[in-house]
Amino acid sequence: MTATDSSVATRPASPNTSGPRRETVFEAKDITKVYHMGEVDVHALRGVELTLLESEFLVLLGPSGSGKSTLLNILGGLDVPTAGHVMYRGRDLTTAEERELTDYRRRHVGFVFQFYNLIPSLTARENVALVTDIAEHPLEAAEALAMVDLADRLDHFPAQLSGGEQQRVAIARAIAKRPDVLLCDEPTGALDISTGIVVLEAIERINSELGTATAVITHNAAVSGMADLVITLSDGHIGSVRTNDQKVSARELEW
Amino acid sequence: MQAINRKLLRDLWHVKGQAIAISLVIAVGVVMLIMYSSAFDSLHRSQTSYYERQRFADVFVTLKRAPLRLRDRIANIDGVAQVETRVVVDVTLDVEGLSEPATGRLISIPARRRAMLNDVVIRRGRYIDGTRPDEVIVNEAFALAHDLTPGDTVTAVINGRRRDLEVVGFGLSPEYIYTIRPGELIPDDTRFGVFWMERRALASAFNMEGGFNDVTLSLMPGAREEEVIQHLDTLIESYGGFGAIPRSLQLSHWSLSQELNGLQGVGQVVPLIFLSIAAFLLNVVLTRMVSVQREQIAALKALGYANAAIGWHYTKWALAIALTGAVIGTAGGAAMGNAMMTIYNDFFEFPALTYRLLPSVVVSGVVISLLAGVIGAATAVRRAVRLPPAEAMRPQPPARYRVSLVERLGIQGLLSQPARIVLRNIQRQPVRSLASVTGIAFSVAMLIAGTFSLDAMDEMMDVQFSVAQHQDVTVTFVEAASAAARHELQRLPGVLTVEPTRSIPARLRFGSRSRQLAISGLPEVPRLSRVLEVTDLSPVTLPPDGLVVSRKLAEILAIDRGDVVRVEILLGARPVREVVVADVVKEYMGLSAYMEINSLRRLLRESETLSGGFITVDPSRLDALYRVLKATPVVAGVTLKGAALESFEETFAENINVMIFFNVLFAGIIACGVVYNAARMSLSERSRELASLRVIGFTRAEISSILLGELAVLTCVAIPVGLLVGYGLAALVVTLFDTELYSFPLAVAPRTYALSTLAVLTATVLSGLLVRRKLDSLGLVEVLKTRE
Ligand SMILES: Nc1ncnc2c1ncn2[C@@H]1O[C@H](COP(=O)(O)OP(=O)(O)O)[C@@H](O)[C@H]1O
Ligand SMILES: [Mg+2]
Repeated sequence: MTATDSSVATRPASPNTSGPRRETVFEAKDITKVYHMGEVDVHALRGVELTLLESEFLVLLGPSGSGKSTLLNILGGLDVPTAGHVMYRGRDLTTAEERELTDYRRRHVGFVFQFYNLIPSLTARENVALVTDIAEHPLEAAEALAMVDLADRLDHFPAQLSGGEQQRVAIARAIAKRPDVLLCDEPTGALDISTGIVVLEAIERINSELGTATAVITHNAAVSGMADLVITLSDGHIGSVRTNDQKVSARELEW
Repeated sequence: MQAINRKLLRDLWHVKGQAIAISLVIAVGVVMLIMYSSAFDSLHRSQTSYYERQRFADVFVTLKRAPLRLRDRIANIDGVAQVETRVVVDVTLDVEGLSEPATGRLISIPARRRAMLNDVVIRRGRYIDGTRPDEVIVNEAFALAHDLTPGDTVTAVINGRRRDLEVVGFGLSPEYIYTIRPGELIPDDTRFGVFWMERRALASAFNMEGGFNDVTLSLMPGAREEEVIQHLDTLIESYGGFGAIPRSLQLSHWSLSQELNGLQGVGQVVPLIFLSIAAFLLNVVLTRMVSVQREQIAALKALGYANAAIGWHYTKWALAIALTGAVIGTAGGAAMGNAMMTIYNDFFEFPALTYRLLPSVVVSGVVISLLAGVIGAATAVRRAVRLPPAEAMRPQPPARYRVSLVERLGIQGLLSQPARIVLRNIQRQPVRSLASVTGIAFSVAMLIAGTFSLDAMDEMMDVQFSVAQHQDVTVTFVEAASAAARHELQRLPGVLTVEPTRSIPARLRFGSRSRQLAISGLPEVPRLSRVLEVTDLSPVTLPPDGLVVSRKLAEILAIDRGDVVRVEILLGARPVREVVVADVVKEYMGLSAYMEINSLRRLLRESETLSGGFITVDPSRLDALYRVLKATPVVAGVTLKGAALESFEETFAENINVMIFFNVLFAGIIACGVVYNAARMSLSERSRELASLRVIGFTRAEISSILLGELAVLTCVAIPVGLLVGYGLAALVVTLFDTELYSFPLAVAPRTYALSTLAVLTATVLSGLLVRRKLDSLGLVEVLKTRE
């Protein structure tokens, strides 16, 4: 395991450089995000640089309020930075129009949120169908749910599912479109350890089996063991960037 | 089905109570729209086709007597298509079973049937046999009112001689769709009948052989009505023409037009009021929905749903409610429109008054309700579209509360904890609270506006028949009579007092406007047939010179006090005089012009003449009086106050009750819709807070009092506002129904205010109880577990 401290993000040598050349999925250049809250300006991001390659697994660490969610939302085209650029496979997301961003999210991005954000009035299968209805080459809703081990919960409403199951539905919903990137904001934040591990396993499987570039925000430093790349944010800066030579599977994580 | 549409259906089902409430409010608006538009259309269509089929004339005139050869000269007037010359006479009738005299209008028809103007539709029996001079066709309403069957006879007093007329058929004519005796305000089928009689038989009875006293004519397409009328008037002037009038002023047509205009006016305004309320309710509910579903919206956007798709999703929600309302409303509106036709069948005599609902009316109802839905949804939809997804993921900050105004007055010590919560809640959502107050106030107002017509009618009747008219009987002479006639009236059996009147047909002209009517000459301060200024019920003193006109007439002629009008007197040598308008008075019914009787006589260069009299009668001698009047040849008509009052109530009272029933129903729907929605909104917003209070030890009763207390406060604020707005709405209704026939008084009785308040309070309590049931079953654990 190697670690570098740098507030300006220079990417350390990747363990995968030896393998076949992989395409860059994200390239963030000097992004800042300022929220104007009446009199005061909140600097959520202050010049962040980042590169994420195909099928890479990124873990974002950092204290609460350090800008992790802001960064993830910007990568996912849910938000735009105040300054700087985010390139997705060479396309500049920061200059894109709302319509293009919607199209980008629809085709390429799978989101998983801390509080699942399922539609309570729809069953597990229907929640996934929300995505398969509008995606181009989606998985079957049942198939996506099977991938997260929920084949037997298809017709349950969110209220009839446990937290872990709800989060797995959310993951199934995110992956049903076969996204190119999977962005998860504290997917285990509301879950206990063993449930959290089940959820992380699901994410891990997507990443390795479908080769989806994955970014996961977590409070739990132990999770970083699963990552290729671990970035720690603090107060809107990149505190540290490190790469893992030896990934650990979710099941083997020590909390 | 797409998952997002499934969400739509389930969301709708989740708030079904509120959705139905709003749908019903929309339905009421659509009911009104469909009812009035389709009634208008059906009535209008029946009128048009009736006119066409029976060749309703375009110009009408009566004259004293003209020789038949004048007919060809009239027919030669440029633009005239067909001419009909007739003999038309009013006579006194003695009908079996009716002690008082009735009036019959005898109209000549050809011996052999041919296509004539104002052709008679035979409803029962047959056309007259030209060889039998006593056969008549009678208008159907009169026949029904007296239970006549073909073969029965009716006795007419013709030139002092009783003559039995044999009824051979019942008929209808486009000239008498609204059958009202000229000079009267209320139709009375029992005491006024129209009889069609063979021409020669009629002419010989009235010395009209070889002549006529009535002309109707139709115009060629593109003919200029005014020019034709002018020509006609010149042509018949020397034969005692009373001034021709266009169809638009023909009594029956004009009355029907007034009704049609009223339908159109109401049909355009009232539905809008209901639909605005529905739009407001939709706005409240949908805005709440969007705020509850903030995170769902954010998730949908994150999943790649476009803003437009999200906007459309919530718009559809409103459209579904609007469409439901439109469907219910269309069905209801068609049923009520149909019922309205039945009512109109009592008022108007059509051969076939059939109901028709035009597809275009249905379409406009649907479109307008969908529009109301879209407008109601607009702000909420905009909010959903604009919702920044990244921000929406973040938990909402706690609502900002302040110490309420009332508490700052320094009386917080007096307020219980729940009372404080109530006040703070109201103050925290000023717009919503205001909106609820508006909605509740509006339902109070609707009730007032919908039911005050009873008060208005009462007031009108009271003014007309108790304050203004003190005569028991009005006698009209065939010809103006000399002063001696007054004493003859006085000598009739049972007569207590007599007030003479001189009434003349005239055309008033001011600038380019003119109107034909009767000018009544009355004593300076009439004691029996009083002239009243209805705003303060003060009796009007007729000035020694000049005209006193009703406000309606003043509006039609655009005249005011001090203006000088041309009075073309349609009598004798047709003198034309300039008369100053001395006063304008407000009246409830009809168009009128008055003059002091002597000043009118001076205008005519006559002395002591009278054309009739108002009399009071000893009630025990009424029958004796009637017997004499029935046999008196100089009497053309007799009007009885009691009978007029009775027929008025018969005509209107029943229909008004039906109308009021529906108005109360509709206002109740609004009240429930508004209050129930307000209560459900509070419950939805506060369920967490209320559940928390339960957890820390508040009782059910206490938390109910928080929620229902808020409703109670809002209702108490709303009611006085509603009473005021109701008065305003009533004023609007009075303006909408202001026709040349009637102007309704803006009279709202205390009883109406009280009942409206009571009805809304009941609706509030009912809605409160419904919501309370929900509150009692509030699952503490579930509520606290769900994330807001
Ligand atoms: N919509 C917003 N408006 C104002 N401030 C915001 C907004 N979103 C985030 N912030 C602020 O930006 C900073 C970073 O927030 P966030 O990215 O959510 O942090 P993290 O996810 O690391 O906890 C915090 O100080 C937060 O209060
Ligand atoms: Mg966060």
